[in-house]
Amino acid sequence: MQLDAMYQEIILDHYRNPHHKGLRDPHDAEAHHVNPTCGDEVTLRVALTPAQGEAGLDDRAVVSDVSYEGMGCSISQASTSVLTDLLIGRTVAEGLRTLEAFNELMHSKGKGEPDEEVLEDAVAFAGVSKYPARIKCALLGWMAWKDAVAQSLEKEGV
Amino acid sequence: MATVREFGGAPGPLDVAAIRKDFPILARTVRDGRPLVYLDSGATSQKPRQVLDAEREFYESHNAAVHRGAHQLAEEATDAYEAARETIARFIGGDPGEVVFTKNATEAINLVAYAMGNAATADEGLRRFRVGPGDEIVVTEMEHHANLVPWQELCRRTGATLRWFPVTEQGRLDLSDLDDLVNERTRVVAFAHQSNVLGTVNPVADIAARAREVGALTVLDACQSVPHMPVDAAALGVDFLAFSGHKMLGPNGIGVLWGRRELLEAMPPFITGGSMIGVVHMEYSTWAEPPQRFEAGVPMAPQAVALAAACDYLSAVGMDRIAAHEHTLVEYALKALADVEGLRLIGPAEAVDRGGAVSFEVEGIHPHDLGQVLDDRGVEVRVGHHCAWPLHRRLGVLASTRASFYLYNTTEDVDALVAAVRAAQEFFGTRG
Repeated sequence: MQLDAMYQEIILDHYRNPHHKGLRDPHDAEAHHVNPTCGDEVTLRVALTPAQGEAGLDDRAVVSDVSYEGMGCSISQASTSVLTDLLIGRTVAEGLRTLEAFNELMHSKGKGEPDEEVLEDAVAFAGVSKYPARIKCALLGWMAWKDAVAQSLEKEGV
Repeated sequence: MATVREFGGAPGPLDVAAIRKDFPILARTVRDGRPLVYLDSGATSQKPRQVLDAEREFYESHNAAVHRGAHQLAEEATDAYEAARETIARFIGGDPGEVVFTKNATEAINLVAYAMGNAATADEGLRRFRVGPGDEIVVTEMEHHANLVPWQELCRRTGATLRWFPVTEQGRLDLSDLDDLVNERTRVVAFAHQSNVLGTVNPVADIAARAREVGALTVLDACQSVPHMPVDAAALGVDFLAFSGHKMLGPNGIGVLWGRRELLEAMPPFITGGSMIGVVHMEYSTWAEPPQRFEAGVPMAPQAVALAAACDYLSAVGMDRIAAHEHTLVEYALKALADVEGLRLIGPAEAVDRGGAVSFEVEGIHPHDLGQVLDDRGVEVRVGHHCAWPLHRRLGVLASTRASFYLYNTTEDVDALVAAVRAAQEFFGTRG
């Protein structure tokens, strides 16, 4: 039984009791992403606060809020919940680095050695990377976050 | 010319144990030694040795580009290809001249849709294929994307209007507005013989009769019927019928468009190029007669030969017996799944006019998560929207889990499915 390796308790906890769920204002941008193979979807908003002394947004801006609504499997929903814990309070640059690390872990085919310092609860998704069909599920919220951040920077960038 | 069809085979139930021996893959294990329980034949079927051998034998002994060249191998390859066409035509009650080989059913449907798109700009002789503003194309809410998107696109290109039959809560077509939906403006009625999600078998004769009354062309998606029940294309009363080889024990990369001869003879080509021509000048070209007109490029002869071997295999077992076998499995599955608390069937609850696809949702468990637990136990099903997104939206379901049966499945496979669903409920803590 390999299921326990995939469905870590952390994942099931986030799935049953998602963090920061619900759409909130204020927000700078919103992204709606859909997984076309199963129809899972997430609508995700980001609110950014300019770095000290800056009027506009750049990659030093702080992610002041991430809020979302979504329908989908445990992996996509838990992964989005974990994302909010990880990225709220970080700078955009830190967030993008975290995303890069998570993306790399997801494509590691079960052989990744995640850095717990960087990924925290998200290391629990290492087992998911053994199942190619589920990688998209795990990345759904993350890709929406990346999209929303890019939109924010485009709109209000310095 | 009358065609002789044989759905032969010995009377009585199938010898499934003997059949399974012909399918090497069914003996393998998956996920740490679990015996494979393959319940995804609606997506693609497994292949018996006889089909694999036929393809290999063609490559090993007769391989050449067909309808080209005059050497012995080219002759043998062409003979094998055209003999395969005869076998496949006989299998669906058609004439060889009415059987066009395509890449798959999706391409077969696109062939008709694009030929009609061409006709819109072509000469007066093609007006029966012409579609434009004010014209209507009718589909159903239960269509696979393959029989929906090509018609959406044809409407978009030509200005025609897309309309559709709604689906009832029970997963049947609502034909109460048949006479209104299919009217004198209707040019095409395209619909599935059997739903790939619901298993519903649609009343082809009623719809085709109304279409004929108003002079509309009918296109039947037979992907889930030709592999599973005796189908007589000519007797169904439709104009075109499409199916894929890989869902009926045949190889990938080959599908069939059957069309009434007079229509194929009048219809302009979709894909143009080599071997579909009459004469070619620098300024213009003329077309070959069907079916060659619709088979540009070097065709998939090895796959045609293997698909013919699949038809022979199915005929030897007997299509009526296969249909009866699947009916038994569906009845058994509907009953067993109905006993699972928290499970909701999607589609007709009774095994009447209903084929071997059983879709369902399980309360509190997303289909992806359910499929993961099933897979962990060797039970391979389809999860998602099964290329029928509008149907899922109509039924208020984000996605579903589908088990689909074929001649090699057993009631033990159904038992394994039910046990795995219960195990998933236990794993996710949604039921005792």
